[in-house]
Amino acid sequence: MKLIIAIVQPHRLEQVKDELYKEEVNLITVSEVLGHGRQKGVTEVYRGMKETGNLLRKIRLEIAVNDNFVEPTIRAITKGAQTGEMGDGKIFVLPLEECVRIRTSERGSNAIG
Amino acid sequence: MRIMFLFFVLSAFSGSVFADAGASLSVPVALSTSATPAKIDSGDTSWVLISAALVMLMTPGLAFFYGGLVRRKNILGVLMQCFIILAALSIQWVLLGYSLSFAPGSGFWGGFAWVGLRGVGLEPYPDYSATIPHQAFMIFQAMFAVITPALIIGAFAERMKFSAFLVFTLLWATFVYDPIAHWVWGVGGWLRNLGALDFAGGTVVHINAGMAALVTALVIGKRNCYDKYATPPHNLPFSVLGAALLWFGWFGFNAGSALSANGLAANAFVVTNTSAAAAALTWALLDWKFTGNPTVLGTITGAVAGLVAITPAAGFVGVGAAIIIGICVSVLCFIAVTVVKHKLGYDDSLDAFGVHGIGGIWGSVATGLFASKAINPAGADGLFAGNPRQLGIQLVATVVTIVYAFLATYILYMIVDKIMGVRVAQKEEAMGLDLTQHNERAYTMLE
Repeated sequence: MKLIIAIVQPHRLEQVKDELYKEEVNLITVSEVLGHGRQKGVTEVYRGMKETGNLLRKIRLEIAVNDNFVEPTIRAITKGAQTGEMGDGKIFVLPLEECVRIRTSERGSNAIG
Repeated sequence: MRIMFLFFVLSAFSGSVFADAGASLSVPVALSTSATPAKIDSGDTSWVLISAALVMLMTPGLAFFYGGLVRRKNILGVLMQCFIILAALSIQWVLLGYSLSFAPGSGFWGGFAWVGLRGVGLEPYPDYSATIPHQAFMIFQAMFAVITPALIIGAFAERMKFSAFLVFTLLWATFVYDPIAHWVWGVGGWLRNLGALDFAGGTVVHINAGMAALVTALVIGKRNCYDKYATPPHNLPFSVLGAALLWFGWFGFNAGSALSANGLAANAFVVTNTSAAAAALTWALLDWKFTGNPTVLGTITGAVAGLVAITPAAGFVGVGAAIIIGICVSVLCFIAVTVVKHKLGYDDSLDAFGVHGIGGIWGSVATGLFASKAINPAGADGLFAGNPRQLGIQLVATVVTIVYAFLATYILYMIVDKIMGVRVAQKEEAMGLDLTQHNERAYTMLE
């Protein structure tokens, strides 16, 4: 089992979700975060006070998958989020030790999907 | 830093100011042209009562204007300070403040004849207005007494203890606002007798609060984060709403000061709107030119500055002057807020001095330039109408207000600081005033 964490641009979320659903990956958690990689921020100005290089709004997806779904998920996220510009985001794959479905108390690979 | 300011101000004061004090001009400056016998006029009365309500709305409007500019952990602190002033000062005013400000007493202050509103009834008091109930005048003035100390909040936002704030504000109202109001507007007030023109409170409200703001900002010190990172406004939409309520209420503030439903009120209404508009436009253009884009914060700040500057002049100048006053105030305040403040390094967090202090000073001086008896025969002519003497009188009133507000606020602040400590502890400042001063959170995280 793996936990996939992906940081993507907020305006690509709908495409990412569509691509994931096409790959039969339907269970996701989405949160709003701030961050930046190499992408520079926009200058903000408040009564003459300038701020640059700010943290930018990003969307973070967390998806728990069985091992055979890792590559399809990565492909789907990349397809949905990629624009070729800096700021497209990153995908992290972490090992997942246990997964529990709260409703039925199932555990393991059966509980993931 | 503070010593420099005090020294500069004291030498300026001692140099010149009382040249005109011996003048024989003792005509009280009437706010309206009525010399009629005392009879209640329903138009005048309803306009003044409505204006009082409009000015009352400016205090919550100010609360949201300031509230949107601070960080989210401090907005309740700002809202609470404004609301408690409305409550506490309303009581102080009827018990004591109105008497100190407006009772016919010495040149310094009104004295205690009207304590508890004794003698302040429902018949007109012709020395202030012959056509409205005395209590209508009183309650109209009450709203001015409420909003003036609220303006100072901008200087010490995010770091003042609530308890010290309450004590300081009540003392300030009694020993700074009430005397200055008496000098400029009260029967027997020495600046009024000198012939100083202040239609709705350029000196009494804006220069007064602006100087108090400067003093408190200097003495309370910068916010802990000030040199480390910028703190952008957490809710600019609130600030826009607040600014809109201020603009709306200002029609009561300025046009209501005519104390009559007549042409003078109409003039004040028109020039108020015109000055605000000119100033808002100017600031937007200045932002566009010097920082890249017109900003919402700049535009609303310009509008407020324009309203501040026209306040002393509203019953004495016309539309052309209003446009010039509005353009100039934005230029001056833009420089004060974006250049001077950062160069000098003081943390006037929400620019109470930069907008109200500087704007009020310009407005008071501009009144001496542009005033015209053609607009208000009961006023005076200014420099451009051929009477340079009025400019001198305006300068006296301006400097006197600057010096007294500065010194008296400083003394009161030091007293309160000695007794109870004014600034919150570092830990409390980091956690935010909402939680530490009021046990409340403005925005829940979950439900």
